[in-house]
Amino acid sequence: MTIRIRNMRKIYKMGVERIHALAGVDLDIERNEFVAIMGASGSGKSTLMNILGCLDRPTKGFYELNGKLTHKMGAAELAAVRNKEIGFVFQSFELLPRATALKNVMLPLLYSKRGWQARRAAKRALERVGLSDRMRHRPNQLSGGQKQRVAIARALVNQPSIILADEPTGNLDSTTGDEIIKLFNELHREGQTIVIVTHEEDIAGHAERIVRLRDGKIISDMPTADDPIHRQWVEQAAAKLTSITDDTRGAGPDAAQPFDVATTFVALADRAEAPA
Amino acid sequence: MIRFLIQTVASAFSQLQSNKLRAFLTSLGIIVGVASVTSIVGAMTGLKQFVLSEFETIGTRYVYLDGQVPPSMRDKVSWRKAQLTMEEIEAIMQQADAVELISPVWAERFRIENGEESIDNVRVQGIWPEWNDIESREIISGRPFTHTDNEHKQHVCIINERAIEELDLDKDPLGDFIFVDGRRFLIVGIIETKEFNLFGMGDAQTEVYIPFETARKMAPHRWIRHASARLVSEDVADDAKAQIRFILRKMRGLTPDDEDTFIVEVLQGYIDQFKGMASALTAIAGGIVAISLLVGGIGIMNIMLVSVSERTREIGLRKAVGARPAVILTQFLVEAVVLCLFGGYLGVAIGQGAVVALNAFSPLDGAQVPMWAIVLAFVFSAGVGVIFGMFPAIKASRLDPIEALRHE
Repeated sequence: MTIRIRNMRKIYKMGVERIHALAGVDLDIERNEFVAIMGASGSGKSTLMNILGCLDRPTKGFYELNGKLTHKMGAAELAAVRNKEIGFVFQSFELLPRATALKNVMLPLLYSKRGWQARRAAKRALERVGLSDRMRHRPNQLSGGQKQRVAIARALVNQPSIILADEPTGNLDSTTGDEIIKLFNELHREGQTIVIVTHEEDIAGHAERIVRLRDGKIISDMPTADDPIHRQWVEQAAAKLTSITDDTRGAGPDAAQPFDVATTFVALADRAEAPA
Repeated sequence: MIRFLIQTVASAFSQLQSNKLRAFLTSLGIIVGVASVTSIVGAMTGLKQFVLSEFETIGTRYVYLDGQVPPSMRDKVSWRKAQLTMEEIEAIMQQADAVELISPVWAERFRIENGEESIDNVRVQGIWPEWNDIESREIISGRPFTHTDNEHKQHVCIINERAIEELDLDKDPLGDFIFVDGRRFLIVGIIETKEFNLFGMGDAQTEVYIPFETARKMAPHRWIRHASARLVSEDVADDAKAQIRFILRKMRGLTPDDEDTFIVEVLQGYIDQFKGMASALTAIAGGIVAISLLVGGIGIMNIMLVSVSERTREIGLRKAVGARPAVILTQFLVEAVVLCLFGGYLGVAIGQGAVVALNAFSPLDGAQVPMWAIVLAFVFSAGVGVIFGMFPAIKASRLDPIEALRHE
């Protein structure tokens, strides 16, 4: 059991008003799961993410991470848990602008007890995400996708038990976003536990399991293949794909060109997402 | 831990380097403060050394005695009566055991001649043989006076090198004669010309010395000009003064209400006074420096607060990847300290430069910044960094990582 959450509540006070960001959440995440947490803004998914990442503490409830009761911990202990157990990937990368890729990746290790092997571990992590030739580059010399790879390397470097990604493709174009998702898939296949927060169905589609939140409560929690909303979305997308591929077939010279189904699929998904 | 500190210091340096102008302007207060303290302390050391060496040439055991009528005694004692007498000199010599040597000085201006060359109004002083030791005016050639010279009112003289030049005497004039007030005197000794006198500030003068009794005979209408004495040791300065005052007051029959009709100046007293003044000056300078360091410190605090708010996201990220609050605190504190030490370093360099310039362009040549002042400057700079960096650092360490990461 990696994560066990019981009856978790988070209440914010805004003046006299009390906002229940989380209103009793129960959630278990096992080792080597790939879970997507979905929900509209204000659904409580960010709050849940922050508490999962030990950046925040619940007002009430129980949170056990690898056998440790984190809801009882102080700021310093939580920092140690974040350092050892959790790897964060943020939407806007959050790299230190003046540090090289290597230094950025080394950062978590400098705050751990493994500081002496920081350089070696950071190099390995950068190799893992395919950036062994960009170690000496600063963030402003890297593309968005490369920056997010550096961020993922930084999340991996201390071998955390869980990687938490908050809209990791939100600032990337669809092709690059797809590469990043592929990287997550690979990491998952290697045994990494991954929790990804997103509002994009196609990104969620890569996960094994989708947890949907609304008004601070879990409204559905099931394997991706069984999730009715996701299935509906896939069907709609497939229908559009068919119609468009039909169009392209009849469109003349282009029709003869072979095309990659997956790329088209993602492109279409983006188009479907855009008006919403 | 050490590794972490090295990392922190290195990152503080790179922070500083990426903002060179800002770092310089921020630490200007510290630079000015430290530069002024080092240069003032340096100058004080130089001045102290200069003055003390000046005292040293006269001798720290030197005592000056003279008659004097204070305003309150004008009605009771005539000026002439206040002058020292031979009996008083002898009494001091015999009774004041803190006084080792004493010599009265008889002085008159005479015309000095050597063949064609002559000088009018040369100060001719009558002295005892002890005088050379008391005044530290060593005989560089020939001999000092003897008691026989004095008792037999011999016509012998000691002149300084300047007199040799002025009178166009032989390079080695021992055994030659000069005329003092028309009388023939045998030159028995040469003393060095005093180039510079702290108190007199006078030019090098032609000096002629003759035995005390000889002088008394030549100018009987005169009186004992003053007396010079030497202490047994520097430590008995106050005792000597007390003993001399006791003897003179008793001999002059002064009542307890009367002020002294004489002065007893112990050089050691001046030295102590000067040292006191020097430390007072240093203390005042220290106060000024403290104020400028305070101002500098506020500048540091200000810029550190700016830095914390500029780097809020960075702090949030560092916290997210596991930096404990204490680590963030240390990081910002180290940055403030590094900034201040940088200021302190520049300040010491500038102060050192000022001292070098002072040595080159002023009569002082022993000015130098002592090691303790440099160490103190760095300790104070670091202290300012810690004190004024603390508030911004605490602020940074208490930032909520979620809000920090959301900060624009």
